[in-house]
Amino acid sequence: MTSGLSERNRHLLVLAIGLVLLVGLPWVVDVVTLLELTIYIVYALFALSLGFIWGHGGILCFGQAAFFGLGAYTYAVAAINVGESSGPFLLAILLPAAFAALLGAMMFYGRLSDVYLGVITLVVALILFKFVNSTANETYVIGDARLGGFNGIPGFPTLNWPGDAGSPLMPDEMFYLAMGLLIAVYFGLHGLLRSRFGRIVVAIRENETRAELLGYDVRLYKTAVFAIGGGIAGLAGVLFANWGNFVSPGVFGLAQSATAIIWVIVGGLGTLIGPIVGAVLIQFLTTLLGQQSVVNNAFVLGAILVLVVLLLPKGLMPTLGQLLSRGRRK
Amino acid sequence: MSARGEVVLETRALTMRFGGVVAVDRVDFTLRDGELRCLIGPNGAGKSTFFKCLTGQLKPSAGEVLVRERRMTGAEPCQMAQAGIGVKTQTPSVFNGLSVRENMFLALARHHAGRIAEARTDEALERYALADLRDRKVGELAHGQRQRVEIAMVVAAEPWLVLLDEPAAGMTHEEVDALAALIRDINRRSTMIIVEHDMQFIRMIGDRVTVFHQGAVLIEDHVDTVLDDARVREVYLGS
Repeated sequence: MTSGLSERNRHLLVLAIGLVLLVGLPWVVDVVTLLELTIYIVYALFALSLGFIWGHGGILCFGQAAFFGLGAYTYAVAAINVGESSGPFLLAILLPAAFAALLGAMMFYGRLSDVYLGVITLVVALILFKFVNSTANETYVIGDARLGGFNGIPGFPTLNWPGDAGSPLMPDEMFYLAMGLLIAVYFGLHGLLRSRFGRIVVAIRENETRAELLGYDVRLYKTAVFAIGGGIAGLAGVLFANWGNFVSPGVFGLAQSATAIIWVIVGGLGTLIGPIVGAVLIQFLTTLLGQQSVVNNAFVLGAILVLVVLLLPKGLMPTLGQLLSRGRRK
Repeated sequence: MSARGEVVLETRALTMRFGGVVAVDRVDFTLRDGELRCLIGPNGAGKSTFFKCLTGQLKPSAGEVLVRERRMTGAEPCQMAQAGIGVKTQTPSVFNGLSVRENMFLALARHHAGRIAEARTDEALERYALADLRDRKVGELAHGQRQRVEIAMVVAAEPWLVLLDEPAAGMTHEEVDALAALIRDINRRSTMIIVEHDMQFIRMIGDRVTVFHQGAVLIEDHVDTVLDDARVREVYLGS
C-alpha cells in the first residue's frame, strides 16, 4: 500500500468520518447550511458514479449526465403519476441503469475504441438535452406529467417515508438520506472492488487483451460496470430532483457532465474517496466564489483544474496519501 | 517427442486479408495431440497473423478454424481461452499495475471460485518460483521476469493447448536455456504451437516445424530436414 495507513484502517477512518458527519452535522449547522451540504453530497454521489466507471473500469464517459438527468426526470414524471415515492425512487435508479446497460452493450459488444466511446456518450447526453428541452408543447405528456421543455417540471411530490405519501421528508431527513446513501454506495463499491468481479474489472482496465486471453468476456464486464455507474448516477439524479423539487433540461447538459469529470480529476482518479472530496471541495469553492464579484467564477475553477493537472497529476487524494506515507517513513 | 495423436486443431483454407494485402493465404494446417510445433518464417511471412487468427484476436477473412472438430472460426479470444487454449503474446501482456500475486489470482479465478483460486494462487507462485516477487508490481519487474510471470499465468490455468508468440524475444542466454527446459516441461501435459524467429532456439526445442513464406506454408517437416532445406535457406537469406 502506498499510504502510511493500512487499507483497512483507512476505510475505518472514512467510515468514522462519514458517520460523525451523518449524525453530527444536523446538530451543528443551521437548516440553510444543511441544505447546501445536502447538494454537495448529491454531487459527490454523482462524481462517485463517474469515478467508479472511469477510475476502476477504465471507461471515460463524457455524458454521465445522461443517467443523472434520466434519474431526475424519471423520478419527477413517475412521482406525479404515482404520488407515493417508493416506486418512483426505485424506478429512477433502475431505468438509468437499464439504459446504461443497453448503451454499454451497444458500445462494448460493437468494440468501439475509447475515442468513439467518449463521442457517443457525449452525443447521447446532448440528444437527451435537446429532446427534453424541446418538449414545452403541452402535447408532450407522460401520464399526468407534462415534460415542460425548457421550463422543466416543478412541484412534483418529493420523497416521503416509505409507504406513507402523507409524510414527506424534511430537509434534515433529506440530509440523513443523502449522506446515508453516499456512505452505503461508497462501501458497496468498495466491497464490489474487493470481490472477484471487481478484481476482474480492474484487471480489464489494466490490460484488456490479457483479460480476454485469460477467458474473461470483457464486453460483459464493461457493460455491467457501465450499468452500475448509470444506476448510481440515476440515484444522484433522484436526490437532486428532490433537493430543489424541480428538474430542468440542464440536468442533461454538457456542463453537468464536464463538471463531474473535473471533480474526479481534482479529487483523484482511481480512488473512491477522491471523486467525493473533489466534488465537495469544488462545489464549496464555487459557492464561495459566487459571493464575490472580483473575478469570474468559471475562470477561477478553470485555473484550479489546470493547476491540479500540472502540479498534482494524480489528483488530491492519491497525492495526500503519498505525502502521509512519506511523512511516516521519516 | 512426436506423438501421433488425434487431430486437435485444424485450419482449412484460412485466409486473412488487410485491404489488398493477403497476409495469410489459404493455409491448411493440422496439429495433433501432444505435438510441439514451431512456426517459423522471415518477417512478414504471415506467421503472427496466422497465430492471431488462432487466438481469436483477428477474425479471418475466409476459411475455417476447427478446435477438436468444433468450428471456432472468428470466435472471441475469451471463447478460445474458455475452450482451454492458453496464449502468450509477443510483447509481455500482463497486468502491469497489479502485483504478481494478483496477476496469478486472475489467471486462476477464471476456472475456480474465489476462495479456491485464492488458495491455489500461493501454490502456483511457489511452483513457478515467483513467491519472492509476489508483492511486487509486475510493471516494475525486468523484462525476463515479466515473461516468466506471463508464461506462469498461461500455464497455471492448465490449458491443453498452449500458443506462444516469440517467447525467447529479448531474453538472455541463460533465460533462453531455462525457457527451453520450461517449454519441454509444459509439452509433457499440453500440446504447443510456438512462433519463433531464433533458429538457435528452434534447434534446442525442435520437433516438427512449419515454415511460412509470403502467407503460405512453404514446407512442414522435422526441424533438421527443414533447416537443411535449400528453399528455406533461400527464404531466410534472401539469395
